[in-house]
Amino acid sequence: MPVRFDLMIDHLTIVAVATAFSVVIGIALGVAAYWFKYLERIILGFSDTVQTIPSLALLSLLMIVFGLGNKTLIIGLVLYALLPIVRNTFTGISGLAPHLREAAKGMGMSKIQVLVKVELPLAFPLIFSGIKIAVVTSLGIAVMGVLIGAGGLGYPIYRGIQTRNSALILSGAVPVVLLALIFDYGMSKIEYMLTKRAKNKNEKERTTCETNLSA
Amino acid sequence: MIQFENVCKRYGKATVIDDLSLTVEEGQFVVLIGPSGCGKTTTLKMINRLIEPDKGRIFVNGSDITRVNAVALRRTIGYVIQQIGLFPNMTVGQNISVVPKLLRYTNAQCDEITRSLLQLVDMDYDVYAHKYPSELSGGQQQRIGVLRALAASPPIVLMDEPFGALDPITREALQEEIKKIQRKLKKTIIFVTHDMDEALRLADTIVFMNGGRVVQIASPEEMLRNPKEDIIKNFMGKRISKVDYNSLLAADIMRASVLKVHKTKLTLECVDLMNRRQVNTLLVVDDDERFLGIVTIDDIKKHGRAGKEIGDLVSTETSVIGAGDSAKEAFERLVDSRSGYVVVKHPNDTVAGLITKTSMVKAMAEAMWGEQE
Repeated sequence: MPVRFDLMIDHLTIVAVATAFSVVIGIALGVAAYWFKYLERIILGFSDTVQTIPSLALLSLLMIVFGLGNKTLIIGLVLYALLPIVRNTFTGISGLAPHLREAAKGMGMSKIQVLVKVELPLAFPLIFSGIKIAVVTSLGIAVMGVLIGAGGLGYPIYRGIQTRNSALILSGAVPVVLLALIFDYGMSKIEYMLTKRAKNKNEKERTTCETNLSA
Repeated sequence: MIQFENVCKRYGKATVIDDLSLTVEEGQFVVLIGPSGCGKTTTLKMINRLIEPDKGRIFVNGSDITRVNAVALRRTIGYVIQQIGLFPNMTVGQNISVVPKLLRYTNAQCDEITRSLLQLVDMDYDVYAHKYPSELSGGQQQRIGVLRALAASPPIVLMDEPFGALDPITREALQEEIKKIQRKLKKTIIFVTHDMDEALRLADTIVFMNGGRVVQIASPEEMLRNPKEDIIKNFMGKRISKVDYNSLLAADIMRASVLKVHKTKLTLECVDLMNRRQVNTLLVVDDDERFLGIVTIDDIKKHGRAGKEIGDLVSTETSVIGAGDSAKEAFERLVDSRSGYVVVKHPNDTVAGLITKTSMVKAMAEAMWGEQE
């Protein structure tokens, strides 16, 4: 069974590019949903809806508009990855203790400064767990890319199916599964560290407040 | 100097601030106090434009604050809140440097500020500057909260019940520190609280508010002496002293419930009674309840035989004072007496009560701090 490192790198590159775009767009949309109450339902509703469209259907629809190739696959992956990132950004920011926001504002931070210096850093653990979900999902969906003329590990799987060649199928499927598992494991570790650190900080602050109140 | 000119604020139908006019002089420690919902916090937050008034104008150092950019205004006014609100993602040093950074001070300047401010509250730079807020106690956190407000040397500092969530000992320590800092740095401080003790301790001027209006503006001394309305009196409660110390009588400081026995009681009965009531002395009276003297448990042990009447054992070497004599006199007798108590008699020689060291201390405490619960 030949291991196609070139296809693995292809696959990872596509997912990386897609994730980069979805992180930027997702966080921006999450912030927009938080800042502009009237956009909240539209943005969250849109990312919810995209998620419910079957991947093959979405990719083929995109193909009609954007044609064959990696570009179309990346657009599809970005759309899929939006929901977890948008939702976690939105929840992370709006879940912050209001007094932190008031302190920041009262000290003379502009809206953007409050966002960049306080809200996003504190929401980051949650945003990161959204990114993890996005990456792992994208690794799987990217396999479909072969059907719309994109590269990656979908190619040997598809060819293997057509030629009834198990070895070929495995040479694509096994790396995809491994990649997904590795990324899930590694990013979960990071996520755990981030949330643990944040929890420590926040919880301690909360408990000292409580003990003082009860004193 | 901060001036409010006919400021009004409503939320829906509720009027929170009703035609408020107020002047705060430079370098003053002004405490806004009043029951919840009296508008004190709203008043405070209007100074840094976290809340905008519906009507009226507010001036800071002569200029109308609505003509200044709100963000720029806030950077020149320190702000401390009850929940402290240190940013958990920043170290102590970074928290203190927030406003200087916003004002584009250099890193060296920020560091310098952090150092000198930490010194102000006796916290070691090397120990604390790189810690996260979660690693500090509540009191230390609020110290940093105060320092953060002072970092860019704002002439005015707003404090919204800053010590309300701290335990009493820490609160007192911080009150002292803030008072010291205010004197040293000559800041104008507007301080909101609902704790009258805190107000009396800190304020140069107390502004008492109720229902969105100012009820009284006075120095702590003046407010204690002449509270303008009943609501202030209620707030002061026990602190208002109605006692004229010179007119206190012995009767005012005595304990009225005392153990009296008739002179014909027998010794064993008396011993039993003393055992039950856990006392070592009895006041002996005659048929007309007149005071004859006292009997101690030692007297009974020494001279008493079973079946003997207690009246035979009384000792008259007791400090006695009339109920109408002054408390001061009673105090002196008590100090002189070996037994540690003074018997108080009515003019007709009947027993009125007993002044012990305990009853004396209690009476003095009441006179100073009002009725103790």
